[in-house]
Amino acid sequence: MENENNILEIRGLQSYFFTEKGVVPAVDGLNLDIPKGKIVGLVGESGCGKSMTARSIMGLLKYPGKIAGGSILFDNRELVGCRNRELRKLCGDDLSMIFQEPMTSLNPVLKVGRQVRGALLTHNRSLSKEEAKRQVIEMFDRVGIPAPEKRYDCYPHELSGGMRQRVMIAMAMICKPKLLIADEPTTALDVTIEAQILRLMKALQQETGMSILIITHNMGVVAEICDYVYVMYAGQIMEQAETFELFDHTAHPYTQGLLASIPRIGANPERLHTIPGVVPNLLHLPQGCTFCNRCAYATEACRQSRSELQSVNGSHLVRCFRREQREEDAV
Amino acid sequence: MSEILLETKHLTKEFPTDRKGQVVHAVNDVTLRIYKGETLALVGESGCGKSTLGRTLIRMLPATGGQIFFKGQEITSLSEKEFRAIRPKMQMVFQDPYASLDPRMSVRDIIAEPLNTYKVCNSKKETTLRVAELMQSVGVPVEFINRYPHQFSGGQRQRIGIARAIALHPELIVCDEPVSALDVSVQSQVLNLLKDLQQEFQLTYLFIGHDLSVINFIADRVCVMFLGCVCEISRKEEIYEKPLHPYTSFLLDAIPQADPHLRNKERRLLSGEIPSPVDLPSGCCFHTRCPYASEICKKERPALKDYGGRLCACHACQP
Repeated sequence: MENENNILEIRGLQSYFFTEKGVVPAVDGLNLDIPKGKIVGLVGESGCGKSMTARSIMGLLKYPGKIAGGSILFDNRELVGCRNRELRKLCGDDLSMIFQEPMTSLNPVLKVGRQVRGALLTHNRSLSKEEAKRQVIEMFDRVGIPAPEKRYDCYPHELSGGMRQRVMIAMAMICKPKLLIADEPTTALDVTIEAQILRLMKALQQETGMSILIITHNMGVVAEICDYVYVMYAGQIMEQAETFELFDHTAHPYTQGLLASIPRIGANPERLHTIPGVVPNLLHLPQGCTFCNRCAYATEACRQSRSELQSVNGSHLVRCFRREQREEDAV
Repeated sequence: MSEILLETKHLTKEFPTDRKGQVVHAVNDVTLRIYKGETLALVGESGCGKSTLGRTLIRMLPATGGQIFFKGQEITSLSEKEFRAIRPKMQMVFQDPYASLDPRMSVRDIIAEPLNTYKVCNSKKETTLRVAELMQSVGVPVEFINRYPHQFSGGQRQRIGIARAIALHPELIVCDEPVSALDVSVQSQVLNLLKDLQQEFQLTYLFIGHDLSVINFIADRVCVMFLGCVCEISRKEEIYEKPLHPYTSFLLDAIPQADPHLRNKERRLLSGEIPSPVDLPSGCCFHTRCPYASEICKKERPALKDYGGRLCACHACQP
């Protein structure tokens, strides 16, 4: 570990799909740090590689996807190239994940209580079944499931979407993980339930001191609970900064476009800002900056080569050649 | 206000369940008006009956009770044959741009289908010209006319769905969550397009959505629904400024705002979940989640009352 305060350090991660049509660089040279006890957001549009990053950490990449290079250090252990058996010990114990669709990630023919108990017993073999059940019910209570003893014997279809997501959170939390990865945890939920779940995750984080990586496309979720944000586009980090810094001094044209595209309550514009064009095909990425064909500031240099991530202000990094000049323009 | 385009009176839609005698009350006694040229937004959580209401309004689903008037004409009792003359005036844009386009039809066939069904064009050549014209107005390059849906991105597919909906010069378009499946940057493109088309063709929209910030951009009036009942109908400015119904204010408070400075703002969150639409709570649908509920709310369903042009169904409402 480069920094002892980090629970996770990703360096130069390359997760590629080896398809018949060619190599798709879904994640290309990603660096990401998650400090202990912090909530980090990874934000981007669909297809930008954010879920692939999460799956790479958990060792869940499916054929034809593969980690082609880089390193993932979790709590001083290297996960890339780690044997499946060792990874299984870790996943669900120190490292766990919540998925987007709580219906498809729970087993429909098993009672939810037993599923969560299963996760607990797998990692604590010495525990008796009665003791495990007691702990599960206690966990259900903590994640705000009403009448937890009764819910223990429910099947997933008997619960609402919000309740299922709470069961998923309970399952992810039951072994007291050091890092929780939440892949679009609230996207399938209604706003009133979303707000409840976000509040719950923040409270659990403060209670246990764990770290959370939230993967989302929703800037509102990021603004709500993240400490630090990474903005991803076409497999690369475009901008990273502390949440307040990112929203107050947005530096990358893509992040600016993304924030400006969101309709806001209170503002009543005639038209919404749009980012012209679409996300490039990862099979045929432009030679230069991946955003250059949609960027209003792009120059010949942007089309020729890619910029590195460079600091604009301390830990605020941006991948853009034009940042200095644009700063001057702004002044 | 301007002319009423569509009006419902005590509209009800129930679905039978597997158990005998048990029904799902999807839409309960809804009375509302849609004025010509406006955008009325229907907003609520999933399962509140907003999509069912949208579909029932244009007779894609038969109503169980109540009446619908389109330009003053009662349409609920019309036969299929009589209704055929009115159907082109009401069209729909669907939520999922992947499921709503037939993967085996080319863009030309998809957009030409309504034109052929209603025999609008006299020759094949005329049809192709009209299709090209429609593609132009929604911003899909005309050279893609022979392509198939899988060759397009989500945003472009939604544009094709919109072209199909406007092909027969409709007056009312029901947009059922047209942008919820799209990414933010594409979402804003489609929202702008909908606004442009509305001006160009004098369209009236019923915009169904759950995202209050999207609705704030597109709507003129907002109708908030909970469990099949209308809670509140107000002009957009008023509803965001000062919501009348407690449910509306909870909905507004719950939205995560893309501004970290609002993070510590005191927000009231709803607890609990939506009751089952099979056994509706007695009295006000919302009383099981409402912190202001009193005895009368448990017994009597509040009627939609007029408060200076705004409609609200709440016993505790004080404008």
